[in-house]
Amino acid sequence: MTETQMSSTPLPAAAAEAVMPSDHERERRRRRRGRDRRRAVVFHAITLALVVVILYPAVWMVVSSFRPSTEIVGNVSIIPSAVTLENYASAFSGIGGVSFWTFFANSTILAVGSVVGVAASSAVTAYALARIDFRGRALWFSLMIATLLLPVHVILIPQYIVFNNLGLVNTFWPLLLGKFLAAEAFFVFLMVQFMRNLPRELDEAARIDGAGHVRIFRSIMLPLMKPALVTSSIFAFIWSWNDFLGPLLYLKDPNLYSLPIALRLYVDQTTGTSNFGAQIAMAVLALVPVLIFFLVFQRYIVAGVATQGLKG
Amino acid sequence: MTTTTRAAQRPLAEAPRRRSSRRRRGEDLAGYAFLTPWLLGFFLLTVGPMLASLYLSFTRYDLFNAPSWVGLENYQRLFADPRFIDSVQVTTLFAVIGVPVKLAASLAVAMLLNMALGAKGFYRSAFYLPSLVGASVSIAIVWRAIFIDGGIVDRIGQGVGLEAGGWVGDPSRTLPMFILLTVWQFGAPMVIFLAGLKQVPAELYEAASVDGAGPVRRFLSITLPMLSPVIFFNLLLETINAFQVFASAFIISNGTGGPANSTLFYTLYLYIRGFGDFQMGYASAMAWLLVLVVGAITLVFFKTSRSWVHYSGETR
Repeated sequence: MTETQMSSTPLPAAAAEAVMPSDHERERRRRRRGRDRRRAVVFHAITLALVVVILYPAVWMVVSSFRPSTEIVGNVSIIPSAVTLENYASAFSGIGGVSFWTFFANSTILAVGSVVGVAASSAVTAYALARIDFRGRALWFSLMIATLLLPVHVILIPQYIVFNNLGLVNTFWPLLLGKFLAAEAFFVFLMVQFMRNLPRELDEAARIDGAGHVRIFRSIMLPLMKPALVTSSIFAFIWSWNDFLGPLLYLKDPNLYSLPIALRLYVDQTTGTSNFGAQIAMAVLALVPVLIFFLVFQRYIVAGVATQGLKG
Repeated sequence: MTTTTRAAQRPLAEAPRRRSSRRRRGEDLAGYAFLTPWLLGFFLLTVGPMLASLYLSFTRYDLFNAPSWVGLENYQRLFADPRFIDSVQVTTLFAVIGVPVKLAASLAVAMLLNMALGAKGFYRSAFYLPSLVGASVSIAIVWRAIFIDGGIVDRIGQGVGLEAGGWVGDPSRTLPMFILLTVWQFGAPMVIFLAGLKQVPAELYEAASVDGAGPVRRFLSITLPMLSPVIFFNLLLETINAFQVFASAFIISNGTGGPANSTLFYTLYLYIRGFGDFQMGYASAMAWLLVLVVGAITLVFFKTSRSWVHYSGETR
């Protein structure tokens, strides 16, 4: 936007120059182009150096996962001298008789469940707060915003006590119930903001045609909300996938472990033998879906962060 | 903010077409029907547990025997508990040093990228990546392997004259290690700063340049004031997040908060008390103190923001 504005203002002068460029002008322009190029070179040199520093731990992690376990710690180089798949073989073999794929499946069930729950419940809640004119709306909206800032730790203990008394420890329910009840206010807020920007004439026209709220929500809002739904789903997936505290509290049976918890067990069991290779290989495997999401949905993720302050 | 302006506008906008009370009731019914899932969650999963933990914070409760009322004893014990004091110290130092450093780094890189000399999208994504994975167990494992005795950082550190030894086992070096971990994740606030920088009108800089303002002056008089709402937002968000570090501290210290309580972040200690020792009352008192502190910080931020946050369209 600003670029086009900036380039359009000096256009008349530039056009005049193009008709009759004096030697002096040509010289000046060439010097400016040279300076711009030098600036760009310096910029890319600095920024690329920064990228290398920032991404170094990540690259080191991937490279190390292919190194013999004894050569990992303290090996600064990111060019492996000997490549081995042993670490991955050991990671895939699982822990304590439970296969890696069991953990992977558990993580997937939790993440997909979260996505479905978050998308459905947040959309319904956001529709009420953004589009229905009912008494008490402003109050509920403020309360919803207030929960944004609430540290989760204050509800952790009573929730645990209740789920424990209901016999729901060692099930996925404690981890999923909140998602189906729109407990994560970030997503509701994101969708409310999005819906407020949709033209109100759409639902008013539908109302005149006799459509009720359910109809308007299903046939008008949902299709238009696709970008907000996609952004929410991506973050719901990644947050669930990386979640550590929830599964740590509620999943005690290794057959139900999600990947982060399995990873922690692995660290516990292998620190004695310092089997860094397998630890790091499994750490890489646990991040693969997140990286795939990132590569595919970069645009949505960055936009979500920029406009909503969503954390990764 | 949005609610108050909307509420203020509504009576004006809707006064002419007065609604029949039947229509009104229909809207109420529909509103609460759509809100039902959230209301259930709000009362069952948020308000109820909050009140329960407030009650528990005045009791002794081990999950197996009925809670017994002890009044303010938990709170009194907290302030006499050296581990609690340590955990407050660790967390506070982490927030007070880590957040400003992280925000300064993210603003600096955002301004660099905002020069728009090409490949902005690529750089932005590359810098953002650590924010996406930084809080995960995987990265905590890698961080430990990098900072451990004989690890990469030890090797490089010795090369530049640092004392030999790992950072993981050295109580004086664990905090810098965690601060580096959070600063590494500068990408998220950077993306928000970039969005803010795009909103700063280029004419302001041009006018200031014409008036002879140098880069420092332009930064202080244009960039900072124009970005102040974004700085405020990032500061609030990052501070609240800083109080809630858990997974990385748990993994790097193996769930102990050691060595010498130097990684005993507040929430880790809360977990150890509540779910390791089953002192649910004590842990609830800790949780409520956290709520009060976070609430107080938020309040202070909002109160002081009047004097330094500049919203465009508002003359000061």
